[in-house]
Amino acid sequence: MFKFLFDIDTWQELKESLTKNKLRTVITMIGVWWGILLLIGLLGSAKGIENKFSVQFGDYATNSVFIWGQSTSKAFKGYQKGRSPRLKFSQLEKIKNQVKGIKFLLPRNARDARVVRGVQYAYFTLSGDFPLLDKIQKKDLIAGRFINQSDIDDSKKVVVISDEVFKQLFDADENAIGDFIKINDINHKVVGVFESGDFDFGGELHIPFSTFQNVYNQGDNIGWITVTGEKGFDIRQIEKDVKLVLKNLNYVHPEDNRAFGSFNLGELFERFEGFLMGMQFLTWFVGIATLIAGVFAIGNILLITVKERTKEIGIRRAIGATPFEIKRQIVLESIFLTLIAGILGIITGGWILIAMDYAFGHGPDSVLINASVPIFIVFISVIILVVFGSLIGLIPANRATNIKPIDALREE
Amino acid sequence: MGESSLHVLKGINLNVEKGEMVAIMGSSGSGKSTLLNIIGILDELDSGEYTLDGIEIKDLNEKKAAQYRNKFLGFVFQSFNLINFKNALENVALPLYYQGLKRKERQEKAMFHLEKVGLSDWSTHLPNELSGGQKQRVAIARALAAEPKLLLADEPTGALDSGTSQEIMQFLQQLNDEGKTILIVTHEEDISLMCKRIVRLKDGVIMEDKKIKQNRLK
Repeated sequence: MFKFLFDIDTWQELKESLTKNKLRTVITMIGVWWGILLLIGLLGSAKGIENKFSVQFGDYATNSVFIWGQSTSKAFKGYQKGRSPRLKFSQLEKIKNQVKGIKFLLPRNARDARVVRGVQYAYFTLSGDFPLLDKIQKKDLIAGRFINQSDIDDSKKVVVISDEVFKQLFDADENAIGDFIKINDINHKVVGVFESGDFDFGGELHIPFSTFQNVYNQGDNIGWITVTGEKGFDIRQIEKDVKLVLKNLNYVHPEDNRAFGSFNLGELFERFEGFLMGMQFLTWFVGIATLIAGVFAIGNILLITVKERTKEIGIRRAIGATPFEIKRQIVLESIFLTLIAGILGIITGGWILIAMDYAFGHGPDSVLINASVPIFIVFISVIILVVFGSLIGLIPANRATNIKPIDALREE
Repeated sequence: MGESSLHVLKGINLNVEKGEMVAIMGSSGSGKSTLLNIIGILDELDSGEYTLDGIEIKDLNEKKAAQYRNKFLGFVFQSFNLINFKNALENVALPLYYQGLKRKERQEKAMFHLEKVGLSDWSTHLPNELSGGQKQRVAIARALAAEPKLLLADEPTGALDSGTSQEIMQFLQQLNDEGKTILIVTHEEDISLMCKRIVRLKDGVIMEDKKIKQNRLK
């Protein structure tokens, strides 16, 4: 049945009927070309923005919530309101035991720090951290290592600095690892340099948690905790549960919503994902709608063409063309037009994505990253084009063969 | 188109033997075109029967009809009905294309028939670069290309001047001499006189059916 595709005459016929009116052929194709161009362009940009977003968050575990102590707004059990409950290191075990679905529970502490090296100095945020931070908020290390357990155990005066800190204190060709910098007048040995992401929470300087506690007399106090949920657990529920346990431990009224502050990354991320999904849906909707409009334009033009060609079709049938052969030719024209227009649209869409990447996709201020469309989507679009093309081609094809050859021949 | 039922032919009994050259005469509205269309399997008959080369033509689907037209019949029309974006050779080769012949074979056969009508030098010309007589000869070559049993000509000289008409008729006579069965629909007396048999239609019935002595041109 598909032998005719390899017949040079099939293509000769196609060429003749399409080149007979070049302008019409081109205008017809623009509809589909534009549709697929939009689809590719929009999908690519949506993907680019999504990529940008995930790069910003880095490998931050997105089902996380930060919780810290604020001040109470209700008097409870003999305590006045306005008290500031502090999170305690000793409470962590209880929280972990009482709340279901906690994967990681990470205490952190932070403060401002004046950092000095030789004659250079700068102000940054200093945080006391556990090695676990690297798991929740993946640090891209340029050199050296992150804080390890032995640093914690021995409260070593070591520090992991961000590339920003490095730029302020070191020359570009210097090796920071093993060098000493003064943080609030205390010497720390640099053991690692990391690349700061756009979405870092807390600190360009990381020192061991135990060191922080000792040096800054924090004792049992914690600045805030990062709670990461297990897969399948709702991070909002975990947030509520943890706060309730904290209220209980700190003699805070259970309905006091001011006592503990929090920032739910998971919720934010979810909302953004919803936005992205909406955007993608819109993209598909607009793209496919445009595509369908384009395909209809092709069908429409072919219908007109068929009307114009009624006589020719009549002649062909009088000399022995079967209706199938006539239909086949018209459907082939339709598929050919949609396919060529579609492929041109994919190519130009690719160019637009390249241009967008070139213009907006580089540097720290980039709007999108790696704006691209998976090849599988491209394949699907091509298949959709072929299917639409053949379906829409059937309308004029049927029209062409519904006219009796005798009537077609009479037409002047 | 043709939805209303109108009985154009009211009982026609016509038998054409192989090798005959028949003129079907009649004024407009006499049913001569309808008769030709039925014979040409372009139209269907309401009642009665039609046998072509021993095969009864009845209740054909479009596909079968197309195949029969291709195999048995060659058409020559008043308005030539050439496809105007195809050159002479391609026009002649078209029925062979629908017969499923190979390209080379088609070209050869088409060239042979084009030579036969004396237009081999014009093979690459488009129809609008040809004169009326030349166009009609291309159309005849096309009708002959599929080697049909029967050649049907609907007012073949209707759009031609008398000189060219003579020329075309002479050529048809020559084909008939070679054994081709030819049916010509015409309303011109002098054209009918160049055939071997005249069938006169009026209001859908045969008024007269007579064999005549063919008027040969020299």
